[in-house]
Amino acid sequence: MAPDQIIFILVAIISLVAALFVVTSRNLIHSAFWLILTLFGVAVLYVLLQAGFFSVVQVIVYIGAISILFIFAVMLTRNVMQDTGSQNNANWWVGALIALVFFGGLTYMLLGVPGFDAKAPEMQAGIDPLRQLGMELVSPDGYLLPFELASVLLVAAMIGAIYVSWEKKR
Amino acid sequence: MIPLSWYLVFAAAMFSIGLFGVLSRKNAIAILMGIELMLNAVNVNLIAFWRYRAVTGIAGQAFAIIVFAVAAAEVAVGLSLIISIYRRRKTVVADDIHMLEG
Amino acid sequence: MGFLSDPINFIAGWLESIMLGFGWSETIVTTVLKFLGAGAVGTFGFALVIFTIWLERKLYARIQDRLGPNRVGPWGIFQTFPDMIKIFTKEYITPDGADKVIYNLAPIISVSAVLLIWAVIPFAPTVIGTDVNVGVLYVVAVGAMGTLSIIMAGFSSNNKYAMLGAFRAVAQMVSYEVPMVLALLVPVLLGRTMGINSLVASQEVWYIVVAPIAAFIFFTSSMAETGRAPFDLLEAESELVAGYQTEYSGLKFGMFYVGEFLHAFTISALTATLFLGGWRGPGSETFPILGIVYFFIKTFLMYFVVAWIRISLPRLRIDQMLNFNWKFLTPLALVLLIATALLEKVLGMVLPGLNLVETAVPWVRAAAHLVVNLLLLWGVFSALRGYQVKGRKIVGNPRPVAVAPEPPASVIS
Repeated sequence: MAPDQIIFILVAIISLVAALFVVTSRNLIHSAFWLILTLFGVAVLYVLLQAGFFSVVQVIVYIGAISILFIFAVMLTRNVMQDTGSQNNANWWVGALIALVFFGGLTYMLLGVPGFDAKAPEMQAGIDPLRQLGMELVSPDGYLLPFELASVLLVAAMIGAIYVSWEKKR
Repeated sequence: MIPLSWYLVFAAAMFSIGLFGVLSRKNAIAILMGIELMLNAVNVNLIAFWRYRAVTGIAGQAFAIIVFAVAAAEVAVGLSLIISIYRRRKTVVADDIHMLEG
Repeated sequence: MGFLSDPINFIAGWLESIMLGFGWSETIVTTVLKFLGAGAVGTFGFALVIFTIWLERKLYARIQDRLGPNRVGPWGIFQTFPDMIKIFTKEYITPDGADKVIYNLAPIISVSAVLLIWAVIPFAPTVIGTDVNVGVLYVVAVGAMGTLSIIMAGFSSNNKYAMLGAFRAVAQMVSYEVPMVLALLVPVLLGRTMGINSLVASQEVWYIVVAPIAAFIFFTSSMAETGRAPFDLLEAESELVAGYQTEYSGLKFGMFYVGEFLHAFTISALTATLFLGGWRGPGSETFPILGIVYFFIKTFLMYFVVAWIRISLPRLRIDQMLNFNWKFLTPLALVLLIATALLEKVLGMVLPGLNLVETAVPWVRAAAHLVVNLLLLWGVFSALRGYQVKGRKIVGNPRPVAVAPEPPASVIS
């Protein structure tokens, strides 16, 4: 067992267990903190995939901003639901069944993907994926249009979020 | 040394757990957390395929960056909507927000 | 690969040969070495704090015309040790109803978030924890983890005031991350790389000369991130007891305290690395020891500035802080980024046509950037002149002071 296989198994188990606790925890703030652990596990996986840039962006965007948003939202809407009752719907077992069937179906489909058991190819020494990504994101025959649209989307989301939660003075 | 299958199965498992969260939780914020899990699983999938099948290209990475941006935007708007509904209706249980029902 | 030119690899090779001599396998040796290296970085950070706390207290006292600690050891240099012993032996009081796991985890994450930054700061060309090629973003990411620990501390204390303090602290820290990241992008633009060691190596001219506004914005936003005065509303004793740290006692509070000092030292190290040239100096490429000396001189200089500002300036209110950030720092950082990028492009087109000497090129670039920065500063200040407060408006006459009536004539005589 190579060291990175051991690390992968550890991190994957921790992430999946934390994800399970996110969706089954009774206390919503505990769910938010388990979500932080899951997202951190995914960041470690990105490092294993040699996509260091994505690992750092994951920590900044998800753990540093989105998780804090979740915790704030949970704290602001806290008095409404009991923390001790059941957090699940009346038909939660249908959801569990669908999730299991989905997982089985996905795995079955993935078995047919060519190169399912492939090991990672070597990365070429001269190419720096970060630099390539930067060049492609701003070149007009690269991914410039999605990049600009994503920025417009973020501005629209910012304005929309502020407007929706604006409290009009009475 | 880590075969591609491990990453794909991990992503599929996390996606299914997120799906379970979305389908069976009462609180609207908990549903959003399930959606976040699903988006993260998709990102892991994209980056794994980029690394194992098309390292010299950029498509996987660019797609993953856009997914990051979209997820952040969606969480911001979703949470502000939930807070706004909470202020008017004093509830965050998804089942009770059914004013548009026929 | 002698000891002088590559100290860390030399020591690692020597330790590796010892451990292989014990008969351990290759992977175990590598893993043990990596853990030892990480432990060394952490211990070094803590050892620095012991010195830094004494330095801060002495500086604080002397600038305020007092003596400072002077009993324990000559000039009180051992003062930190009795303080440490006192904090270690205090009782842990956990509030009733606190969320135990999160309550205990918050100070640990707060300190780890600061210690992790020390892994990417280069002390010398070859003495660096790990040279990731996204070092600048890594620093921002780890700072974001510090923000998380504050929410954990405030929420889990089961105390209204702690939670309010945590909300305000997080609002401040998240707001000040924006100009910090934008100001960090300016050295990345100038150095064409995100790795910190490469950034230091590319500073032919120190970036504080090339982009002084970026240095100022980064320095100020980092001080606000740390919660250092004048931005220390987060722990103002007169306002919210101790803010989000209210319910912490003993070593847990000690960890928050140590984390804050270490963070202040870390931002001075970062400013020295990114803007003052880090380990650069005469002769530092051939002798890494000289590089370490230059680095520490510059870091202590910046730390002196940080302590000086803390000692002299009064505290800002929360609305003043947020206004300063969103209405001044962020637009300034954005405009600076655009101006720098444009100027780099223009210089890239113009410079090859001028046929300059090889060594003069960085200086010409630096001069051009400096001129643009100064123009920008002049523009900003002339735009701000319209917002000056020119004297106070007199809204009404003051109330007449009550005067005792004259006693009647019969009483006097």
